This record gives sequence, C-alpha cells and structure tokens, in this order.
Amino acid sequence: MKENIAGIDIGSRSIELVVLNGCGPPVHQVKVPTTFDPLAQCRRLMGEVSAGRVVATGYGRKLFADFAEDMDVTTITEIQAYALGARFLFPEARTVLDIGGQDTKVISLLTNGKVGKFEMNDRCAAGTGKFLEFMATALQVPLESFGEYALGSDKRIQINSMCTVFAESEATSLMARGEKAENIAMGLHLAIVQRTLAMLRRVGMESPLVFAGGVAHNVCVRKTIEEQLEEKLLIPENPDMVGALGAALYGKGLQPGTQ
Amino acid sequence: MSTPHDAMWEKLNLDLDAHAGLLQVLGKFYGDIYMSQTGRLKGMEYLDFVLSEVHGLRIKELQDAKAQGKKVIGTFCVFVPEEIVLAADGVQVGLCAGAEAGKDAAEKVLPRNTCALIKSFVGFKLSRLCPFIESCDLVVGETTCDGKKKAYEIFADYAPVYVMEIPQMKNACDRELWRAEVLRFKDKVEEVTGKSIMAPRLREAIRLVNDRRKVLQRLNRLRAASPVPISGRDALLINQISFYDDPVRFTEKIGHLCDELEEQVNSGKGIVPKETPRLMLSGCPMAVPNWKLPYVIESSGAVIIGEESCIGTRNIRDLVDESGESLDDLLNAIVDRYMRIDCACFTPNMERMDNIVSMARDLKADGVIHYGLSFCQPYAIEAFKVEKALKAADIPMLSIETDYSMEDVEQLKTRVEAFVEMVR
Ligand code: SF4
Ligand code: SF4
Repeated sequence: MKENIAGIDIGSRSIELVVLNGCGPPVHQVKVPTTFDPLAQCRRLMGEVSAGRVVATGYGRKLFADFAEDMDVTTITEIQAYALGARFLFPEARTVLDIGGQDTKVISLLTNGKVGKFEMNDRCAAGTGKFLEFMATALQVPLESFGEYALGSDKRIQINSMCTVFAESEATSLMARGEKAENIAMGLHLAIVQRTLAMLRRVGMESPLVFAGGVAHNVCVRKTIEEQLEEKLLIPENPDMVGALGAALYGKGLQPGTQ
Repeated sequence: MSTPHDAMWEKLNLDLDAHAGLLQVLGKFYGDIYMSQTGRLKGMEYLDFVLSEVHGLRIKELQDAKAQGKKVIGTFCVFVPEEIVLAADGVQVGLCAGAEAGKDAAEKVLPRNTCALIKSFVGFKLSRLCPFIESCDLVVGETTCDGKKKAYEIFADYAPVYVMEIPQMKNACDRELWRAEVLRFKDKVEEVTGKSIMAPRLREAIRLVNDRRKVLQRLNRLRAASPVPISGRDALLINQISFYDDPVRFTEKIGHLCDELEEQVNSGKGIVPKETPRLMLSGCPMAVPNWKLPYVIESSGAVIIGEESCIGTRNIRDLVDESGESLDDLLNAIVDRYMRIDCACFTPNMERMDNIVSMARDLKADGVIHYGLSFCQPYAIEAFKVEKALKAADIPMLSIETDYSMEDVEQLKTRVEAFVEMVR
C-alpha cells in the first residue's frame, strides 16, 4: 500500500477533502461547511484520515499551513488546483469555470494543460453561489431546487442589477408588480450566466469547457450556459471536489515516481 | 510622544496628533515590509535613515534652505522640469501621495470614484499631515489626466497652485505648446525665486539631474543580474526617495550602494535563488509609502526586477542633452527630453508598448504585472493594449487594479501567487 496523499480545499463557504492513494480513484472524499471556526473543521477532517503529505488550497490555505505545523503541508492557489483537477478528470479540457460560494474563476488552459490565463471575481458576491443562495432565500425556495424552480418559468425577464442588494430590491419590486416568481428566479439565473460569459470571453475561452464548483449542481445555470454557448459542458461527478482533487494530485506530483 | 521636530511641525501648522499617528503607522509598515528582509545591502541603511527622517531632518533642511532665501517647489508629475527649478536655486520635491490617511477628508471635496493618488494629496493637505506640502512656496500641477486636472482646481483653494499644460499628442504643434509651457514655467520660477535663469546654471542643473538619472540607470542595470542582487522593494524605495532627497547627496549615496551591488553581482550573490521567477511591474506610479503590491509579489515567491512607471524607468530612461551652448539650446533640449515621456495620458502612445516589450525582454522577465489604481482610466484602458503587445512577444501579463487600502490583500495574494505558479 502506498502512502496516502490528501488535498484540502478551504473555501469561505465549505471545506473539501480528497485522499488519494496510488493511481486509483479517491479513497476518501468529504465536504463540510466552513463555519466560523474553519481550523476546527479542518482538524476534524484530518483526524479521520492518515496522510503522509497534505496539499492545501483555497483562501484558508495559509491559515491551515500555519496551524498544521506537525504535518507536511504544501500550499497551492485555487487556480492551480482547479486547473489540475479539471484536467485530470477531462484531459481534453481547455477552459475551466468554477463558480463557488463566494468567488468565480475562469482559467484558460494551454494545450499542454498549463494555466495560460485566469480571471477571478472575488471582491463581492455578485455572480457567485452566495448570490443564488441569497436570492433563493428571498424567494423562499430551497437552494437545492432553485435551479429546477427557475426552469419552470414561462418568460425571460431581465434583472439589471448584479449587486446582491440591488438585485433583491429589483426582485421585490417585480414581485409587487405581480411577476411570476419562477420568472424572477429565471431572471436572476440569467444575470449570473451573463456575467460568467463575460468572464469567459475575457480569457478567450476555448472548448471544451469544464464547469466545476458548487454552482455546477444548479441545472438552470448549467442549461442556460450550454444554451448560450451552444455546446455541451463537461461537468464532473463531484463538481465541488475539483479543487481538493487538484491539490491532492499536486501532492502526488511532488512525490518522485508516483505520477 | 514628543520628538525634537515637534516645534517645527507645529510651526508648519500640522495636526500634531494625527501626524504622530501617521508616523507610527508608517514606522510599523516599514518595519514589516522592509526591516523583515534578510541579506540586505549595507547601502540600504542610508535609505532606512532617510525614510525614518522623512518628516524630520529632510524638512529641517528645507526650512534651513528657505531661511537662506531659497524657494521650495512641490510637484506631482515627472513632467515638471526640475532642471529649471534647480537653475533658479530652488529645491524641488516630489509630493508623494501614496498613503490612505486623509481619505475621508478628501472625499468631502472629491467624488469617491477618484483615484487614490489624487485623494491622497488632497487628503493630506486638508488633514494637515504633510510637512512637504506645508513647506512649498509653489505647488505645480499639470493637465495630465482629468482627475488631476480638475482636482488642482479644488486644491488651489488650499495651496499656491500653478498648472502646466501638458499636450496629449506628440505632433509638431504639441511640441510648440510644450515649449511655450516650459518657457512660461521658467518665467514663473524666476518670479517665485527672484532669480533669473542663465545658461551656465541651467547646464549645471541639467548635469545634476542627469547624474541622478544615470546612477538610477546603473542601479537598474545591476539589478537585472541573475541571481537578483537587490529586492524590488528596495529598488522601488530608492526610486521613491529620489523624488525628495537632496539630489547631490542622493546620487553620491546611491553610487556607493551600486558599488556594493556590483561586488555582489561579481561574486554571484543574490537575495533570492537563481530560479526565482522574475517579474516586472508596469503602470501607475507607486508613491511612498505604497509598497503593498511589491510586498505581496515578493512574498509570493517572485522577485521584482524593474518598474515601468513614473517612479521607475519613465523618470530616468532619457537624459537631457547637455551639449547646448545658449540658454535657448538648453531649454530646447529640456523640451525634447520631456516630450519623450510615454505617459498613458498621451494618445496613441504606442512608444510605451514598445518600451514595455523591450524592457521586459532586456530584463529577461518571466512575466509582467500591470498595476492600475482603481478609477485611473488612462492606465486601465492602456492595460489592454499592453497585454496585447506582451502577448505578441510571448510574455504573460497579469492585470491588477487596486488602491491603498489593505482590504484586498488576501485576494491580491491569490492572484499574484497563481500568476507566479503560472510563469514558473
Ligand atoms: S503617470 Fe503620467 S500623470 Fe502620472 S506622474 Fe507619470 S507622467 Fe505624470
Ligand atoms: S494614477 Fe491615473 S488617475 Fe491617478 S493621477 Fe495618475 S494618471 Fe491620474
């Protein structure tokens, strides 16, 4: 049995852990909410596995590396982690889109799999999972079924504001005017998609496109992106685990002879 | 805490409490970013000293100069020809505008979506924080970007402002305009200082400023070595200090520092391992104490090897021809030299693209980080052109837009680290 290698992705909304051993599929993978005490969450996760090497990514990577002095920890950025993870799952991938809880990243990959260019939207919640969560709550729809709910619309209306606060007031006033809630939900989804497409254009998107991150679970976002791009998206089975997977893969690469 | 300079600051009408707070923050910031470095050159001690006395001894020197009848002229842009001020026995200081203090005061008289540099100089004046501004007999503005141009109108209510008109293109008629402006400036300086500018003094001043440019050019040549012998932070600091230190002393001290640097280079010593990614900065000027991005870059496993910026090569690349005989020849040489500045306020400004690409190549940069201050339109728009030019030359570029606040440091770190991973 080879040594376990762990990849941990510490995001602002959730933490994912993937453990690899040799070349097979992950021997362990788990996702937990970040909570107000991310380190305690990490400690819990790491307590359940044994790993000779840990690679941390996500916004909490440094925090983790400082805390886990007793472990062999390397850090890489989310950009590199997502690039590695997506490329591993889909070797033909040329662009990676990740819409997570609080940021959106777009990565263009060179033919050799290296990162050619990237864009991040990380200064406000506009266009991220947080935005959808907020709006789902405002419309009193469970987040998990928000996408499906929006697909029940019969009309496409435009929501002009991408700012979470303004979009909510726009939605409220549409509601007051008697607009169907499904149509408003659709409008909110379209707003995210428009913003995402603009980011994709900025990096000079090439096909095929991998869609990862928690928001890739949302069928409406998936469908509308496919519709607008007129192509099928590559969606990992566990879209939220791609960063942690990439981190673990990076750790594997660090070990001579295991790649 | 009282200091030996309190009386002087009080005389300059500074807000003593707020000013003490500013110095404390600055000292801490400097400690974190500069004093934490290891393997620094001995010559940097001079810079540490000058910086620690930035509001102290240097201001005292300015007061002493004023007591001898000299005039102090403050500037915000590398377009203002220092040679003319020096030829009239004046002292020119570049006003720094790199700190966030005073922002609230500035936002009372300026729109919030004004670049941090403009807010900073207006804020420092309104909050009575800057002993340099308070020492100035004249503050020279210029018609570069719209933000500065309009801000000087407001600034004029609080300080003795004089504005130079800077052309926006580089045709023959623009040169004529610029020449007329240089002459008008000369008249103004003569009026303020009460001295007339003659050829011999002007030639001397040209030499003096050229010498300072030359020593900074030498610094840049030396730091291009591999392994890199001096941090980008230190090199930036040297460039920043060149704007307000005494030019003769500064040139001499930096000459010594370069000698030391040369020894390091010859013995193959560097401050980082040879394989460290080499990044070049390009874009808006970084005024004291704006060290945020360089610090982020150099703590992300890269080293900065050059600054294509006004606090960098744009200020030192070209020399003024010293060979002119008459006053007219010399003034024309000044006009020509300053017309070569490739600021983003010009159009179409293609020479800047060429300069960036050849600089990145000469320095063997692994990548370029384009730095724009939020709300700075000229540089933000030009960033697209820069990226295109670099792409054609196969040099990766990362575009960063930020301001002086520390709020986005974590996000910046992720972007910069990802870029370093990408070019490695
Ligand atoms: S960037 Fe342009 S406006 Fe600013 S100091 Fe340089 S030359 Fe002047
Ligand atoms: S940074 Fe840009 S907007 Fe600010 S003063 Fe300079 S040119 Fe103007």
